[in-house]
Amino acid sequence: MDYEAVIGLEVHIQLKTRTKVFCGCATDAGTGPNTRVCPVCLGHPGVLPVMNETAVRKTILAGLMIGCEISRFSKWDRKNYFYPDMPKNYQVSQYDLPLCLGGRVGKVGITRIHLEEDVAKSFHFETTSGVDFNRAGTPLMEIVSEPDMRTAQEAFDYMTALKEIMISGGISDCDMEKGQLRCDCNVSVRPVGQKQFGQKIEIKNMNSISGVKRALEYEIPRQINAVSKGEKLQQETRRWDDDAGKTFLMRTKEYAHDYRYFPEPDLMPVVVDDALLTEIRGLLPELPEAKRQRFVQQYGLPEYDAGVLVASAALANFFEKAAGKNAKAAANWIMTVSDITASPIQPEHIAELVAVIEAGQISGKQGKDVFAEMLAAGKSPAVIIKEKGLAQVSDTGAIEAFAEQALAANPKFVADYKAGNLAAVNALVGQVMKLSKGKANPQLVNGILLRKLQGS
Amino acid sequence: MSLHTLTIAGLRAKLQTGEVSAQEVTQALLDRIQAVDGQLKAYLWMNPEDALAQAAAVDPKNGGLLAGIPIAIKDVLNVAGQPCTCGSKILKGFTSVYDAHVITRLKQAGAVLLGRTNMDEFAMGSSTENSSWGVTHNPWDLERIPGGSSGGSAACVAGDEAIASLGSDTGGSIRQPAAVTGCVGLKPTYGRVSRYGLVAFASSLDQVGPFTKTVADAATMLRVIAGHDKRDSTSVPKPVPEYAIAGGVKGLRLGLPKEYFIAGMDREVEAAVRAAIKQLESLGAEIVEISLPHTEYAVAVYYLIATAEASANLARFDGVRYGARVRGEDVTEMYAKTRGAGFGPEVKRRIILGTYALSAGYYDAYYLRAQKVRTLIRQDFEKAFQKCDAIVTPTTAEVAFKIGEKSADPLKMYLCDIFTISCNLAGNCGVSVPCGFSQKLPVGLQILGKAFDEETILRVAHAYEQSTDWHKQRPAF
Repeated sequence: MDYEAVIGLEVHIQLKTRTKVFCGCATDAGTGPNTRVCPVCLGHPGVLPVMNETAVRKTILAGLMIGCEISRFSKWDRKNYFYPDMPKNYQVSQYDLPLCLGGRVGKVGITRIHLEEDVAKSFHFETTSGVDFNRAGTPLMEIVSEPDMRTAQEAFDYMTALKEIMISGGISDCDMEKGQLRCDCNVSVRPVGQKQFGQKIEIKNMNSISGVKRALEYEIPRQINAVSKGEKLQQETRRWDDDAGKTFLMRTKEYAHDYRYFPEPDLMPVVVDDALLTEIRGLLPELPEAKRQRFVQQYGLPEYDAGVLVASAALANFFEKAAGKNAKAAANWIMTVSDITASPIQPEHIAELVAVIEAGQISGKQGKDVFAEMLAAGKSPAVIIKEKGLAQVSDTGAIEAFAEQALAANPKFVADYKAGNLAAVNALVGQVMKLSKGKANPQLVNGILLRKLQGS
Repeated sequence: MSLHTLTIAGLRAKLQTGEVSAQEVTQALLDRIQAVDGQLKAYLWMNPEDALAQAAAVDPKNGGLLAGIPIAIKDVLNVAGQPCTCGSKILKGFTSVYDAHVITRLKQAGAVLLGRTNMDEFAMGSSTENSSWGVTHNPWDLERIPGGSSGGSAACVAGDEAIASLGSDTGGSIRQPAAVTGCVGLKPTYGRVSRYGLVAFASSLDQVGPFTKTVADAATMLRVIAGHDKRDSTSVPKPVPEYAIAGGVKGLRLGLPKEYFIAGMDREVEAAVRAAIKQLESLGAEIVEISLPHTEYAVAVYYLIATAEASANLARFDGVRYGARVRGEDVTEMYAKTRGAGFGPEVKRRIILGTYALSAGYYDAYYLRAQKVRTLIRQDFEKAFQKCDAIVTPTTAEVAFKIGEKSADPLKMYLCDIFTISCNLAGNCGVSVPCGFSQKLPVGLQILGKAFDEETILRVAHAYEQSTDWHKQRPAF
């Protein structure tokens, strides 16, 4: 029997805000453990949270970018569980009325986005443990997907696209090394064709997008293997161990937390009015489809080129800076490499390259060499042309002189031409090019020779 | 005249003319505490040198509303550099790192902070017997409780150990102790006073308020502590009036809720309250019968909502960051041992009750239903206030009981707040003012007002107070 996996992801993204979500502490890493803390984010007795409006606005913007419906009324809830990295032993989150509902990233439906406070970090030493609360209270957005993915690659693609969108909107830097993007994964398997879902198993502790892919590449066959042997899987939470390349049982259903959610009495509900929504819509970066259409219209690009260029916001931005006067030519250069934004090349230099070729300063063939050098070293075409002495001779005086020399030295070709063998001019062009060491502009040479042959 | 027996108004007059200095006043209070607190045990902590230094630093001639006035603080409010135990062993050794909003306001007004007063652990109780640090005694009868949870703050004002004090009221914790110790206790409207720095018991019910010897002093205290604070999202940005209380009651309609005169009430208490209502009528108020039909559910609703919120609010006391810690083999054991040793039985009972009320499968039946009934209780008041300007009731059903009398029966203890709880659930304001004696023990008249209409209840309370001399009677212990 063939099996397929059903995958849903819960992606946590730290928002790029200056201060924490419920207090005024900075969100940077600090100068050492517990240097970005105050009574509020340490959970001292008597403190109260104050909502960071920027965090709410960024969550709404993120929601708009992936087509969510923005809740006009949402609220905060307390999620209760004991853990040393939780200063209050409850996390302020959003339970039944999140900020954003619905939405889509590619083929993957979005269930909801809610905002919550990040927890601290625990460190374990030989005989003791320590907690660094610098991270506690950093605004954290949780994006819950529908169970719409079927393969590890689809999960990888979804997360990559999501990351790209969040970076492009300035929502988050999504730096995984800094823990700004984290993911929990729900995965089950079922015989192909079966509508009903299999037993859902949660995987935690994947620290990168490729880690999610590796975990699923391990976990899906593990589940299929178990199910096809007739084993009945139990609802459980597993931990991914990237070094071992395996998932391990963390807890079974009996030990699942009862979070005892209830409305946070210390915060007012979040009311999003028309004015705020309009304002945030105005900040919405252009979505890929709109951008593709604009590229076709504004730059006269073929649909295919436009599609390639808008695949990533960085590439699209690069193109717009490189477009210059001949956008199609710029696009051609850009599309010769898989990801030009990863090279040291400056977009403005592409525009320059296109211009110097059009002006006849260098030939198209020379252009390829210049481009290769630009990719490698990030230098400007002008610098490369100068260094390599590539500039074409477009000085008509110099070409005239070479032409006179060639005509004088090759009376046979001149006679052939005059006898009606017009192709003889090509041999003369070759002579001039030789005299100019290949630097003369061939079109100019051709023109000058013809004028001289016809005039004489 | 002994300075410690004066009111805020009386002392201000003397301080402003320079008749007495702030240090003399503070010294008089320190002497009084020295003399009587051994009997009352109202204070948990004090620092006389610091109090005198504060007094030396104020200029009563050019100071704020409380310049040079010695005030006591319930052990539930953070004062930077002072201990804050909330009457609990679990906060033994803890020192506050910041000032509560109300403390900042008192300091700005020139108050001298005398010390910290005893309370039921985490404000859970009606007798101050639940303190980890011993029992506070009622100045009118040392064998009796001073009410609770702000029993220390009530006893120190009633016993002239402070000119005024701050307490907190979640279900009656200011009004009930004020009633049974014969002082004025005001619970402001929810959102009127910032809760920032008040250690939370039940966040949607807690308010800070004053204990004073007169209604005029309560108005002064409220002017100082009321107003918006951006650090408390539930504090309301409404301007703070000057609380003109001298207008009398002529033409005011006072509602008498039939549900507040219950079977089993102390007869003399009921008689005193009814006499007070008559007195108000004779002063020109119109008494109208009203109904608050959901009153009978208030105690049940309160003990679900308050305990649910408390179960989360008290989760932070875990031994990880501050306070007492009992070591364990692992972190779970450390939590269990720390909380097991740190919390007293009543606090544990309420945490367990609240945890249960929020648990999967019980939430709808308990917490959610309680919230719905809370809405009905609030609507009761809204409807009632269409017919009247304020509501008059007894503050308690009986006078101060004997220490130990109800300790064995939590349910009996919970019923002490039967007349005060609805006001917290509805979020409106209430004040208790002395209205006579029963068995030589003080009785309180409760006046409940509309949200943010402290002015009217203070006006009624003041008119009544000024027409009697109950407030002039002092305990002779």
